[in-house]
Amino acid sequence: MINLSNNNDINKQYVIFSVENEYYGVNIHYVETIEKVSTITRVPRAPYYVKGVINLRGEVVSVIDLRKRFNLPSTEITDENRIIILSVEEMVIGILVDNSSEVLSIDKDLIDSTSNLANSSEDDYISGIGKVDDRMIILLDVSKIFDLKAS
Amino acid sequence: MDMNQYLDIFMEESKEHLQGMNAILLKLENAPKDLALLNEIFRVAHTLKGMSGTMGFNNILHLTHEMENVLDDLRNGKMEINTNVIDILFECFDQLDNYVSKIETSSSEGEMISGELINKLNKLISSPEKSNMSVEDNKTEHNPEKNTVEVSEYVGKVIKIANEKGLNAFSLTITLDSKCMLKSARAYIIISSLEKVSEIINSNPSIEEIEDEKFDLTFQLIVVTELDHKEIEKELNSISDIESVEIVNLESDTISVDENSIDLAEDEVAATQEATVLNFNVANATNEDNSNNNKKAKSTKTVRVDIDRLDNLMNLVSELIIIKTRLEETDKTEDKQSMNEATEQLERITTSLHDAVMKVRMVPIERTFNRFPRMVRDLSRDLGKEISLIMLGAETEVDRTVIDEIGDPLIHLIRNSIDHGIEETSERISLNKDKVGKVKLNAYPDGNSVVIEVEDDGKGIDIEKVKLKAINKNIITMQQSQAMEDNHIVQLIFAPGFSTADKISDISGRGVGLDVVKTKIESLGGTVEVDSVRNKGSKFIIRLPLTLAIIQALLIYVGEEKYAIPLNNIKEITTITTDSIRKIQGNEVVLFRNTTLPILRLSKLLDVPNTEENLCSESPVVIVKKGDKTAGILVDGLIGQQEIVIKSLGKFLNNTAGIAGATILGNGSVALIVDTNSFL
Repeated sequence: MINLSNNNDINKQYVIFSVENEYYGVNIHYVETIEKVSTITRVPRAPYYVKGVINLRGEVVSVIDLRKRFNLPSTEITDENRIIILSVEEMVIGILVDNSSEVLSIDKDLIDSTSNLANSSEDDYISGIGKVDDRMIILLDVSKIFDLKAS
Repeated sequence: MDMNQYLDIFMEESKEHLQGMNAILLKLENAPKDLALLNEIFRVAHTLKGMSGTMGFNNILHLTHEMENVLDDLRNGKMEINTNVIDILFECFDQLDNYVSKIETSSSEGEMISGELINKLNKLISSPEKSNMSVEDNKTEHNPEKNTVEVSEYVGKVIKIANEKGLNAFSLTITLDSKCMLKSARAYIIISSLEKVSEIINSNPSIEEIEDEKFDLTFQLIVVTELDHKEIEKELNSISDIESVEIVNLESDTISVDENSIDLAEDEVAATQEATVLNFNVANATNEDNSNNNKKAKSTKTVRVDIDRLDNLMNLVSELIIIKTRLEETDKTEDKQSMNEATEQLERITTSLHDAVMKVRMVPIERTFNRFPRMVRDLSRDLGKEISLIMLGAETEVDRTVIDEIGDPLIHLIRNSIDHGIEETSERISLNKDKVGKVKLNAYPDGNSVVIEVEDDGKGIDIEKVKLKAINKNIITMQQSQAMEDNHIVQLIFAPGFSTADKISDISGRGVGLDVVKTKIESLGGTVEVDSVRNKGSKFIIRLPLTLAIIQALLIYVGEEKYAIPLNNIKEITTITTDSIRKIQGNEVVLFRNTTLPILRLSKLLDVPNTEENLCSESPVVIVKKGDKTAGILVDGLIGQQEIVIKSLGKFLNNTAGIAGATILGNGSVALIVDTNSFL
């Protein structure tokens, strides 16, 4: 997989995207590509938060709707929407987000842990809160988003 | 060095070698005098030893090494080939097979469990009258084997005998150049060139450790040879990268001194391996090292491909590129004629490409067949029945995935034939049959599928017994049984929970047998049938598709969604008027050709949104089958038959019920493949 010489740098970089006006980040280490939304085929009997599958250059890739995963209201898909293709533990999965435009470098000491937040079951996919300028960025623990037990 | 990248190759090759050894040993059992066969086993064992040594699998290395010693004695006629020896060798092969499969699943060969076997092997060699002889024979034959690990007294004895026979014994202390890059390879060259002119009777560290590069720069060999001091020196000087060679002539009276020096050197080299004296200890010691080698990484599946097939593939791809350019040009000219020509050509190429890729995935079924002779031999001994196994069409090619999966069902069928089919020898004689039972395995391609037949000339299947049993087990009712034809009744043996054996044996007859075979074969997209004639024998006919990756499917509409149904699940397609559907106990059925046909609505099964029930009009129904069961699947529209490429849904959604996979349609969108079997 990705193995760049400057490991420190890469660990600090996050792909930033938004869902329902909230900013989220995933470590760039997991991100394969960012795609525009093509036809998504619904998969019957799949977990509720699975939007469907897409054809990613000949491979069939599952897409998770982050709005549904976070229990947010669904919206129509627009030109702004993106699918971020992640590779986690030998699985390739896409996440559908409202839009995605930047990559930010967030230092470790600018990341707050979530332990001082109220411990609801909802936030266990959050690995920390990053602060960049005046923005709060919710950093996601990617493997937890896909955790079937969480549904 | 990280060996994981070679693990796949190792797995593949060692399996092949083991299978090869099994096959040859079987032949050898029938023709014990055939030296060529023995040499062949020896050669294969040696290769295996080398491979496992390189990979650091010390348990395999030790077992093969001990095997070699025995094989060597056999080869030199010091030991008779008898059933005992053959049995122990077979046990060794099984043990090696165990190790190899353990490596496949966990990348480590696990605990050393072959100690007892090694003892058995040693016992074979060490019958006292034989060991003296063995020394002489080894020398005269100049054989390429190394009797490395032996007791020092033994070394002394050998040197003594050698001296008596006018041969020279030398202790060679060889130091490699410190710049030498591949020490083990260099040492190997030295050892193999010495082996050409002499017999290496001891080495320190052991040959295995040298091959594993577990030595500094110096190693010591004791050799027995016809050559003298100078000639040996000359032999070694021809090899580069050697810093220095110290040659000490060993006379039988100086041996005790030399022995001490060997022991001293041992202490220096490695305290843990002080016991080069006993095989068993060495095996244990190296086992400890081995635990460090335990790495993760599971092996993947590989296929060996004939280079011609790859060339063919390459040619087709280049044609594809040419066509692409041509299409680009015709696009500009808007010439309809040449556009059509190009599309036609494209179609031709994709068909050939499909063919070529499929061929790349094909392997001869021989790989599966090869393990059967051994199994039949063991079975026939266990059961006291004489069996001859005939295998035809082993060169028939099938898809790689099929090869892996078809082994177990076939084993089951063969066991069945031998256990239940073939009668006891006494019974066969009284029936005027040849006392040797015959089991025939026949594979051949038939159109777009491959047929494998398992046939025996045993007692056949007792139709009445099957009928009774099926009624007893509530598989069919009395009435049903009367209406059924014999041919249909025989097929009931595939029903779950069916077993006709009166006594339960270890081999088969636990009642979980044939239905498992059937399920397995059906999961591969194949079918299995049985044909049986009372007292003449029975024949199981397995029919498998040539490839699993590309299938014919029917594309259909449900609401706005498109789905594919594999054609081999479809019995027929018809239309019904929706008002002819009746509800019986909550299940919808229609009367179709005078039988009741359950109706399933795909829109409900798959929760398809936006489907309106059109009440009076005609609806297409796809009648699907699974074994004897049928059902009609109500769909909204038919698109047509199409060849589709099966894609996995990926790890995340792989176990979604009712969906067998996905395929990519011409417009680039994904259509799901419906697993109709799960609805029946």
